[in-house]
Amino acid sequence: MEVLKIATAGSVDDGKSTLIGRLLYDTKSLTSDKLEAIEKTSKKNGYDYLDFSLATDGLVAEREQGITIDVAHIYFSTATKSYIIADTPGHVEYTRNMVTGASTSQAAIILIDARKGVIEQTNRHFFINNLLRIKEVVVAINKMDLVDFSEDRYNEIKADFEELMAKRDYQDQKITFIPVSALKGDNVVHKSENTPWYKGETLLEHLEELDLAAVSNAGTPRFPVQYVIRPKTEEFHDFRGFAGKVYGGELSVGDEVVALPSQTRSKIKEIYFYDKKYQTASRRSSVTITLEDEINISRGDMLVKANDLPTIEKQFTATVSWMDTDNMVPGKKYVVQHGVNKVLAKVDTIHHKINPDYSGIDDTVQSLGMNDIAQVTFKLNKSIFYDKFKEHRTNGSFILIDTQTNSTVGAGFIG
Amino acid sequence: MSNSTAHINALENEAIYIFREVAAQFEKPVLLFSGGKDSITLVRLAQKAFWPAKIPFPLMHIDTGHNFPETIEFRDRLVEELGLELIVRNVQDSIDQGKVKEESGKYSSRNALQTTTLLDAIEEFKFDACIGGARRDEEKARAKERIFSVRDDFGQWDERNQRPELFDMLNGQIELGQNVRVFPISNWTELDVWSYIEKEKIEIPSIYFAHKRKVFLRDGLIWSHSDYVFQEEDEEVLERMVRFRTVGDMSCTAAVFSEAADIESVVQEIRDSTISERGARIDDKRSEAAMEKRKQQGYF
Repeated sequence: MEVLKIATAGSVDDGKSTLIGRLLYDTKSLTSDKLEAIEKTSKKNGYDYLDFSLATDGLVAEREQGITIDVAHIYFSTATKSYIIADTPGHVEYTRNMVTGASTSQAAIILIDARKGVIEQTNRHFFINNLLRIKEVVVAINKMDLVDFSEDRYNEIKADFEELMAKRDYQDQKITFIPVSALKGDNVVHKSENTPWYKGETLLEHLEELDLAAVSNAGTPRFPVQYVIRPKTEEFHDFRGFAGKVYGGELSVGDEVVALPSQTRSKIKEIYFYDKKYQTASRRSSVTITLEDEINISRGDMLVKANDLPTIEKQFTATVSWMDTDNMVPGKKYVVQHGVNKVLAKVDTIHHKINPDYSGIDDTVQSLGMNDIAQVTFKLNKSIFYDKFKEHRTNGSFILIDTQTNSTVGAGFIG
Repeated sequence: MSNSTAHINALENEAIYIFREVAAQFEKPVLLFSGGKDSITLVRLAQKAFWPAKIPFPLMHIDTGHNFPETIEFRDRLVEELGLELIVRNVQDSIDQGKVKEESGKYSSRNALQTTTLLDAIEEFKFDACIGGARRDEEKARAKERIFSVRDDFGQWDERNQRPELFDMLNGQIELGQNVRVFPISNWTELDVWSYIEKEKIEIPSIYFAHKRKVFLRDGLIWSHSDYVFQEEDEEVLERMVRFRTVGDMSCTAAVFSEAADIESVVQEIRDSTISERGARIDDKRSEAAMEKRKQQGYF
């Protein structure tokens, strides 16, 4: 069993928090003191039902206004999986939060209000999940109780959504439709008697059956060096270990590797996890590697297999998601953090803005504002070692840091 | 409820990655150590991150002076065994300096007073990163917390203006005077921590296991009978088998009735529990927004 991270997407009032609360309640993940607090507050607010959104909305302002402001993380587990749900807000700053939540997720749930059907927001939710190459998407058609659990309405919405699917870039994404009522609990954890026409799984059943190995993105092994371990003790006098996380594939003792950017060759001598030696380091493990030869490697460098080099270049073009209130303008310099490597970058060209609702591109733009998505070329002061995002989710992505405010102002996917 | 090895390993790999980012990105990190199970788990993860080198930063305990003696003994032993540097700063000193006032009355506690002592210590040592054992599953305001959480020089958390965190990338760039709170076990649940303690055979203070203790009952919670805890005359002292599920200082931590005397039975008890961990935190019962308020003021 591993951890499945799920991003949620929905517009205001689509019932996202309620759906998550329902999942928690029906899997008995809400403890009695939390449940009591929900009962108490629901009653105080004069509701005749339990307001499960209270289980997730954490900040005072959120509870007062009944909205979600910031990405919240919710945890629950069943006999087969541990789940982390990123609950992302559905209003302003939406793109920024959705991209953030989706960046660490392997699956996504897109909510649609059955009364409203596919709206402009739905296009955006789908666009972002597709841009981030989320493998598994569930389209939860919610509030079915308010359309009398109508099969016709469900099929209508499904057909509208399928039109969207034809426009997507990442065609391998798997999409599953489920009719639910988060408020009443239909088809969330328990099969509903109100939808006899629906033969598929409930939301939880579907999530339980996802194969984690299949939904996570593999690639070729990349080992960005985070930290050099030099104990300088008597026992480990000459020890020089390169600490980092293995991305994409496995690395083994004896593998012929190249250190970047120096392009020096060596072989993997030992792989440590804590004080034990291993033959192979698996994907996403945080190990310490020693090499046969003494070569100069520092933080930000990368070990790769000798027969499998990434692109090494001083410029690249990427799809950028802008997340700051200050605009991105051509000629401005930012820090590009690519994994653990940092280089200075200059915005060379903003080619065009991509409308995240599938309505085409805008090539008249001069600058990028909050929530804009665009195709941008950067020039760098040093080479980085990258893969294309569609080939390597980790080594093909980066963040942009403002050199003055130090804020994370954007994210990018090298294309 | 299952917590298999693969799941714990994924969390462990993530935490080790975070520790290494702290050591690489900051000049003066410190690990905030309370002697509780979460901070003990952090110490083990830090050992793993840097082996065979020593943990490259000190531990710091903000001591309310109202601790369980078992916790303090444990703390000192651990530090000695691992050859770590321990810094202790006392809430009593902040009181003596007139910076904070001792609370009075039935619910008085020094828990909230720790914030001032902590912020003073950060300034004294010029710490730029404080590593803490907070978890997002603990409490609603903590569910919104980043792994690298930037604080201004007043230690304040601006929850509505946090840096987005994407993929594995942690942005630790800060201005002079700012510091970052780092939470390597953000994504762990209470059960994950206990399962890890069991799997790794990590030693923890004896108060986490069932023992006989003098207690009294108030507001449905089990309070320790102690000089540090205010007790009404009509609140009768009882001797009961109890254990602690979460450990702050004596004035803010309630016990649970339990017979679980070893780690296996504790893990089983947590699995079966229908009450949340912080349900036994007296400090959180003050109001629905208790934690959010304390965090804005610079609390852990």
